[in-house]
Amino acid sequence: MNSQKKQEIRDFTLSVLTEDKAGLINQLTIVFTKRKININSLNVSNSEVAGVSRFTIVTRTSRDMIDKIVKQIRKLIDVLGAFVYEDDQIFYQEIALYKVPTKAFINGNSVENLVRNSGARILVVEEEHIIIEKTGHSKETHDLYQKLEPFGLLEFIRSGRVAVSKSIRKTEAYIKGLEASNSNKLSIKDF
Amino acid sequence: MNTSTLTLAKNKTDNSKKIKGSEAVLKCLIAEGVETIFGYPGGAIMPIYDSLYHYQNKLNHILTRHEQGAVHAAQGMARVTRKTGVCFATSGPGATNLITGIADAQIDSTPLVCITGQVPSHLLGTDAFQETDVIGISMPVTKWNYQVTRAEEIPFAIARAFYIANTGRPGPVLIDITKDAQITEFDFEYDKCEKIRSYHPYPELRSGDLKAAANLINKSKKPYILLGQGVQLSGAEKELIQFAEKTGIPMASTLMGLSGVPVDHPLYVGYLGMHGNYGANIKTNECDVLIAIGMRFDDRVTGDLKKYAKQAKVIHIEIDPSEIDKNVKTTIAINADAKQALTGLIPLVNSARYAEWIEEFRVCDVIEHNKVIDAETHPVSGQIKMAEVISKISALTFGEAVVVTDVGQHQMVANRYYQFQNSLSCITSGGLGTMGFALPAAMGAKVGQPSRDVIAIIGDGGFQMTIQELGTIKQNDLAVKILVLNNNFLGMVRQWQQLFFDKRYSFTELDNPDFQLITKGYGISAQKVSERINLDQAIHDWLSCEGPALLEVVVDQEENVFPMVPSGASVSDIRLD
Ligand SMILES: Cc1ncc(C[n+]2csc(CCOP(=O)(O)OP(=O)(O)O)c2C)c(N)n1
Repeated sequence: MNSQKKQEIRDFTLSVLTEDKAGLINQLTIVFTKRKININSLNVSNSEVAGVSRFTIVTRTSRDMIDKIVKQIRKLIDVLGAFVYEDDQIFYQEIALYKVPTKAFINGNSVENLVRNSGARILVVEEEHIIIEKTGHSKETHDLYQKLEPFGLLEFIRSGRVAVSKSIRKTEAYIKGLEASNSNKLSIKDF
Repeated sequence: MNTSTLTLAKNKTDNSKKIKGSEAVLKCLIAEGVETIFGYPGGAIMPIYDSLYHYQNKLNHILTRHEQGAVHAAQGMARVTRKTGVCFATSGPGATNLITGIADAQIDSTPLVCITGQVPSHLLGTDAFQETDVIGISMPVTKWNYQVTRAEEIPFAIARAFYIANTGRPGPVLIDITKDAQITEFDFEYDKCEKIRSYHPYPELRSGDLKAAANLINKSKKPYILLGQGVQLSGAEKELIQFAEKTGIPMASTLMGLSGVPVDHPLYVGYLGMHGNYGANIKTNECDVLIAIGMRFDDRVTGDLKKYAKQAKVIHIEIDPSEIDKNVKTTIAINADAKQALTGLIPLVNSARYAEWIEEFRVCDVIEHNKVIDAETHPVSGQIKMAEVISKISALTFGEAVVVTDVGQHQMVANRYYQFQNSLSCITSGGLGTMGFALPAAMGAKVGQPSRDVIAIIGDGGFQMTIQELGTIKQNDLAVKILVLNNNFLGMVRQWQQLFFDKRYSFTELDNPDFQLITKGYGISAQKVSERINLDQAIHDWLSCEGPALLEVVVDQEENVFPMVPSGASVSDIRLD
């Protein structure tokens, strides 16, 4: 990679496997705050291996910096592995919820069409409001946000990114590998 | 469960015995080979101190006068022995007083296990008396930390703490133990930690990297070794000498690497960085292959990175992968323990000699001697200079003492002029630059190496940051030799004010107390010298004292340390005056 490409600011998705222990989120965010780098989204969940959590962190920075950050994260004692991805190396989604007044549906069916055409769905219909759900990339959920805004959108919320890599390696095999080897985590390149 | 695990489980309970958490802590320390603890008691750690009362024949506890003293003492001890230093403190202010030392140990890779008491677990988060979130506070400055809230976790936590602190790149670990966990009884059993699946401290040496490095080295015309503390941390001193002597490559040391190689070794060309040697610095920008061993290209070593060793191919031997390519881009990275890497590299490199290249360093030496060193070490008139004091001490101790320095001009001068002969002898706060480090660290060094001469070299400013530790030194009769180089200024800051702030001496002049009187007040012998003609005798008398002793030397007030790479400048722009 040439040095200009290494400096270019863009989105990176980090997938971090950790032991399921208190305080890890702090340890991870310290790596970012120490360098004054913003985390754009952060999602924590169980992984498919018992006792192992997965953090998915999205941040905007350079390749140079993200490589340094990943090494610092790997250095944390309770981190089992940390992997960086660019958007084309993963499948990723975010989920957005929109609350619109029910009366917006009464005046004709434009909202209904909009929902259908955007690949969204109606989650709940209440007397006062309707909740719409859409899964997609942030650009798509943002587009729907802009379209719903004229109808008196009451509330909008979007989750952090969740992502799976296009690699076919298994988390469980990776953890087993760690348990078996004495080697350096760095040699396990991508995942 | 099959029968064999059943019997195993049964044996376990048979061997174990119910004891309190507080006693378990001490048993764990004994199992880890700990001999000395530096500490300070208080409410939340009182159960541990109560157990300690019954363990005085098995564990040596040294009561310091401040928790910062305890942690620096533990650091000093760790640095001269390569063993893990241990300190105790209570919750709240006791714990926060440790933080400076922990941060210092983190940046200088010193293995420590710090144990703090914490309020009972049912009071956590209630802002109870002396409750501080020490886990949160210490997280950015520890290699690992852990809060114990149940007695059963104590063996697990302490076993991990020792394993983590002193494997791979060493560092400080903090274990916070709630008071209820200290007083609860449980079945004690201890197993040393030997593996953590998420922690792989010793990277696998890859033969391809070694071969590539050897190829580069064998083809080079002006190779240059930079050694850091990693050489001493991994015990690679002999391997380094073997490697250098076979290849004939000149070597220079960072501040933290000092004493890793005897200063008078024919291939040793000096000390790197802001106040390092002239040749050692400028040749970094003239070599063709740079072999960095166990060092991290700190900004005090590199100056402006954009103008640092750009012409050179860089081989970086480093155990911590996060240091590789952090500041300086490597051509070949050898992510491994220094000793292992050098052992692997020695058979692959050719025997060579670089007489002309080494001669270039010697030419620089002559320049530095003429412009700086001779006048500093052998002044004929004027006030006493720091460098002449250090040179005399170095000669009288044959360069064999453990030299513990504080932070400032005296630190730079001491490390420039002391002629280190033995490994693990230069103890200084390099990364954090913590004033107040030297006196307590020297005390810890003396405990760790009682048969060696330990000399603390301190400025009049830094001395007053941890002066209370004179009490600890006296109570424990620790024969530390204390040198205070008194210039009545916060000298290093004054130097910067003179050079870069048009001599505006903003709050750097000190109106000092009578250091002799204070020291004598603590029951420690003290003398003061301000005239050159009395200097030799004073140093001689001071070094011949049986127990601890202080020597205050009144030195030139507005002396500057040179050479100097101004902050942010290139190493090539090092100033000789
Ligand atoms: C705890 C701490 N506070 C402030 C500093 C900034 N500082 C660096 S050197 C120095 C002056 C030290 O003066 P002194 O101890 O008298 O030693 P000298 O430089 O005169 O030899 C100061 C204030 C520091 N390094 N550490």
